[in-house]
Amino acid sequence: MEDLILLETIEKYLGNQMDAQEKTAFELVRKNTPEIDQMVVEHAMFLQQMDQYSAVKSIKQTLTQTHQNLLERGEISNSQNISSAAQVVQLFHKYKRVAAIAASVGGVIALFISGLALFISPVSHSNQIQQLSNDIAAIKKSQQYQGKLINEVKSKLPAGVKFISGGSGFLIDGKGFIVTNAHVIKGTGAIVVDNNGNEYVAQIALIDQEKDLAILKIDDADFTSKKSLPYSIRKSTTDLGEEIFTLGYPRNEIVYGTGYLSARSGYEGDSLSYQLQMSANPGNSGAPVFDNAGEVIGVLSTREAQLEGVVFALKSNNIYKVVSDYNASNEGSKDIKISTRSNISRMSRKKQIATLESCVYYVKSFDK
Amino acid sequence: MKATSNEQALLRGLASNDSAVIEQLYKENFSTIQAFILANNGSYDDARDVFQEAMIALYEKAQSGSFVLTCQIKTYVYSVCRRLWLKKLQQQGRFSHPVDNLEETISVEEDLEQHAKHDAAYDIMDRALKSLGEPCKSLLEGYYLQKMDMQALASEFGYTNADNAKNQKYKCLMRLKKLFFAQYNIGE
Repeated sequence: MEDLILLETIEKYLGNQMDAQEKTAFELVRKNTPEIDQMVVEHAMFLQQMDQYSAVKSIKQTLTQTHQNLLERGEISNSQNISSAAQVVQLFHKYKRVAAIAASVGGVIALFISGLALFISPVSHSNQIQQLSNDIAAIKKSQQYQGKLINEVKSKLPAGVKFISGGSGFLIDGKGFIVTNAHVIKGTGAIVVDNNGNEYVAQIALIDQEKDLAILKIDDADFTSKKSLPYSIRKSTTDLGEEIFTLGYPRNEIVYGTGYLSARSGYEGDSLSYQLQMSANPGNSGAPVFDNAGEVIGVLSTREAQLEGVVFALKSNNIYKVVSDYNASNEGSKDIKISTRSNISRMSRKKQIATLESCVYYVKSFDK
Repeated sequence: MKATSNEQALLRGLASNDSAVIEQLYKENFSTIQAFILANNGSYDDARDVFQEAMIALYEKAQSGSFVLTCQIKTYVYSVCRRLWLKKLQQQGRFSHPVDNLEETISVEEDLEQHAKHDAAYDIMDRALKSLGEPCKSLLEGYYLQKMDMQALASEFGYTNADNAKNQKYKCLMRLKKLFFAQYNIGE
């Protein structure tokens, strides 16, 4: 019975139903009797749980009731079907502004992209890659210079010949063997010009249209053969990311360019070539591609016409193949010997270029 | 997005168990949740249960005075439902990658932990009350939940006087407390 009274008192205390005097008296009891204090704390907690329970219980009832009401009025559906009409209409209302904005933005983008596609899309497949040889038509722009050039050349050439195409080439053997692209040699003969403007008559020793490589042999009394070349030609393939540089004749003067190896295959997966990232222009065809050590890793040949900086180079191992073809067919004593040692690998780039310059030629092909 | 004053008013309505407000919240949010759950291997019943649980979680938050909603109610409800449902799917081993509408979600992990504790306490109390049996259960509910006074309870339950009712209530309460605290661990 005492416990009952005690609990009643505690509830009265917790419910704030005591007057000030009672409250002070009870708090004193609480302070002096730990058991009672403990009971007060415990009961307070229990009552709080009861209140929480009571509140959640009534919310649950309200929710159940609301659900039932809405269901009866048809404002929510008990359908198992996701795409009920109401859902779609509701989503439409919810997102119509967003959809309108998205649609108009989409429209503008579509127009822009189709315009862009029209602008950059190739007219035909054949235009997608471009050979980097120089057609004479392009050179005509500088008529004065061209005229002067032809006058100079006249001394070396039979009269009445016309230049058809041009590009770059480089020595693979000090005896005067030059490699260039087959598409650079469109005519029946060629002359080569070194970096000092000296011209030499060259014969076409071999043309391999499939590999797009040609070998020229300088056949000129003015040419002094070199004992050895400063660079070697790589037999194995090169890794992605290799930094590369090139020397060629997109103009009548030697031009230096740099880039990196960007793919192990060429245009549309052509396994004979690499893809390079660098800038190249007509006239660069046949130019050597060197790695940092000054080793030839390829022969610059084509570029993607519509993409700036996407250039393709024939892998250097193709040079070995055409050279062995040449050596096999040539029964004479003058086999081509490719140097496999580079002695410019530790030089600074400027010194490398100074050494290499004299081995890179401007190739011009003529026809009668 | 901050909750607008309108949304704060809705939260206050929810906290005071205002049935008009609850109906409004229900109408505005249920079908989104239903669509989400149906799209993720759930049924209509699952949608109802998950939605109501989320509303209770929101109610618990709204009740605490310090609560400030940092996003729209619909975002909060959607986030809670999404979390609850994905958890349920995971427990049932039916988890698949969630298919969402374009709803944004917020992190509700902490709130849900809090809610899980409350939910556990609720279940313990519910079980304890049910295992008391009658008339104890009704007597205690009448006194503590419906806040009836002893005189009214005595006449309702047919006790000859309020003191007898009080005596009975005391015995019932002692049993309930024993049952409740046997399972409810204060430390947790």
